[in-house]
Amino acid sequence: MNSSKAVPSTPSFLDFLVRRKILGLLLLILILLLVLWKLGSELVTNPTLFLQQVINGLQLGFVYALIALGYTMVYGIVRLINFAHGDVFMVGAFMSYYAIARVQLHTWPAKVFPNLSPGLSIGIGSITVILLSMAICALVAITIERVAYKPLRNAPRISALITAIGVSFFLEYFGALNFVFSPNFITYKRPFDVTTWMVSAQGVQALQKGQAIPEKTVIFSNISIIIVVVSILLLVVLQYIVGKTKIGKAMRAVAYDKQTARLMGINVDSVISVTFAIGAALAGAAGMLYAIAFPQVFFWMGIIPGLKAFVAAVLGGIGSIPGALVGALIMGQAEVLSAAYISTPMRDAIAFTILIIVLLVRPTGIFGEAQREKA
Amino acid sequence: MKTRVAIFVLLIVALLVTACQPGAAGGGTIKIAILAPLSGPVPTFGVSTRDGALLAIEEANAKGGVLGKKIEAIVADSQCTPDPAVNAMNKVIEQDKVHYVVGEVCSKASIPISEIAEKNKVVMISPTSTNPTVTLNADGSTKKYVFRACFIDPFQGTVMAKFALSKGYKTAFILFDQGNDYVRGLAEFFEKAFTENGGQIVGKETYTAQDTDFSAILTKVAESKAEVLFVPDYYNIVNLVGAQAKEKGVTAVMMGGDGWDSADLDKNAANGGFFSNHYSPEDTRPIVQQWVANYQKKYNSVPDALATLGYDATNLLIAAIEKAGVDDPTKVAEAMEKLEYEAVSGKVTFDAQHNPIKSAVVLAVKDGKVSFAASVAP
Repeated sequence: MNSSKAVPSTPSFLDFLVRRKILGLLLLILILLLVLWKLGSELVTNPTLFLQQVINGLQLGFVYALIALGYTMVYGIVRLINFAHGDVFMVGAFMSYYAIARVQLHTWPAKVFPNLSPGLSIGIGSITVILLSMAICALVAITIERVAYKPLRNAPRISALITAIGVSFFLEYFGALNFVFSPNFITYKRPFDVTTWMVSAQGVQALQKGQAIPEKTVIFSNISIIIVVVSILLLVVLQYIVGKTKIGKAMRAVAYDKQTARLMGINVDSVISVTFAIGAALAGAAGMLYAIAFPQVFFWMGIIPGLKAFVAAVLGGIGSIPGALVGALIMGQAEVLSAAYISTPMRDAIAFTILIIVLLVRPTGIFGEAQREKA
Repeated sequence: MKTRVAIFVLLIVALLVTACQPGAAGGGTIKIAILAPLSGPVPTFGVSTRDGALLAIEEANAKGGVLGKKIEAIVADSQCTPDPAVNAMNKVIEQDKVHYVVGEVCSKASIPISEIAEKNKVVMISPTSTNPTVTLNADGSTKKYVFRACFIDPFQGTVMAKFALSKGYKTAFILFDQGNDYVRGLAEFFEKAFTENGGQIVGKETYTAQDTDFSAILTKVAESKAEVLFVPDYYNIVNLVGAQAKEKGVTAVMMGGDGWDSADLDKNAANGGFFSNHYSPEDTRPIVQQWVANYQKKYNSVPDALATLGYDATNLLIAAIEKAGVDDPTKVAEAMEKLEYEAVSGKVTFDAQHNPIKSAVVLAVKDGKVSFAASVAP
């Protein structure tokens, strides 16, 4: 009786396209061509301005990369999207704020070794601050993992996800209390002064205060350099830890198969804790770098960068460390270039559209591997 | 038991009678009600407004009152919230029989009580509510009995455009949040006044309230070589824009509106900038210095904008009663429309929408301090 229904109707052309992912692919190619044409024409009309915007995008992209790594590492090992990660980033920014504005921690080398050159002394001081906020974030993340996620390790995945959202709300609104971080916008004090350099055919010169930028000149500041250098350094360290150390091997083993790893004598609980700690430490560093670039801290500052970094991680293929970096750099460029050449209010919409299209074509993200079905 | 109840009832009756007495015997005074948010979300606004208004009444009484009668102030707490404000308004009209009201501070409380004022033919002047609908009916006509003592927001855009041109700047870049009526209003009026008076807008960019990365926009500002960067947003956005502008090589002078007026404004990021405001205690006009001295003598602090506008609103009302010559709200409202009065916050006349036409002050942010820069007439 139902046999007529069971017979599939002739698939329409549209169905065919969707099933074959051809529609998504066509869309992607069309948009890519449009974007390339638009960017190419901008590059030809004003190459220095274009280069300038790419530098702006790099700065943003590297901060996203540090946050995205935390999402991707935790997901790779416990298959949990840690929505509290953006708020750990916020905690990191606040810790560095307190260390600089309240304790003046960045000035300790100048006090202990007065003979050091000012640049070196502020450099060492700032590194101390970033290490401190990384350490505090790592502790916060280990605590969160032990208190909130560990009891749910064998529960359905949705329970852990909801708990993560709960932890995120807790960090935000606990931080908003007057005796914690307060609900105000707080101006962040940069540990060093901003210096801007001009690069032109004449070489590199410092930009004087109040001086307009000459024609055919690209400028960059010490902030961009610091963000890019610190991020790359942390990425190299991370790559070393994951690839070359014993704990890194254990992490990879746990990510591959938790049960078997346990049978091989790996302490899965401590490996998971270490993973959370490393991810959070990177978020803490990102928090300080972000606050240096955009000098304002407040209790909701983690939401939007957290979301963007999460998108970057998915775009690159969640669970993949190089994927997180590539995804974040794409997000940074997409945002800045759309703000520069298409429409500022549309920047987020455009960035998220890229995600949708990439997922239509490659549901696992750029570097993602197809999910293994566990026996 | 019965006697007890009887005594209790008697007591209540006695209380009611005594409570009503001042109302019944108040023929010799003119009553002005002050509706201010003394509790609720913004109590400091309420206290300042009340103090300013009470000082105005005290000074008027010292000069012999108005129309030969003393002025009696009736203070009610309206909490910056619609319901308590409506209750307070009904109480002062029905129980205290006032014909004149100074209040409320917040637009959201002023709008509902302005309807009551209109219905009961009571003259109301809000010292600080900037929402246009406070003085306008739903159909766009003006409420006959409702006035305000402050300029409405977009006017600040006009003021800053004139100020920028008077400084010799010819090109401006406007940066505004499309989703914020206050910011958009200022931006539109700035553009209109700036271009009409010979300036040129070299760029316009929008952002959203959650944005923190302004690098792409600021690179464009630097590229445009604009002399003025108009950012009429609140201080938190100004702090972010200002800090990044310096890094991106922007040399334009930043300008904005009273959203900058906060202790949390980053004086370093906004250094060299200018913003408009209702009033500055550093204004050199004698009437301002007199007011600051009198206020300081009575309350031991420097009056803020709210106290000043409370004082001005009350004085405008008293001047209108004086001009009308009778204690009749309809006549007073008509007199107010034609009033010309030298108030602390500027020389006031009213336009057809009962908004005051008066000057604004421009404040400069320089070397960690905010100081008076100029007074700009409309």
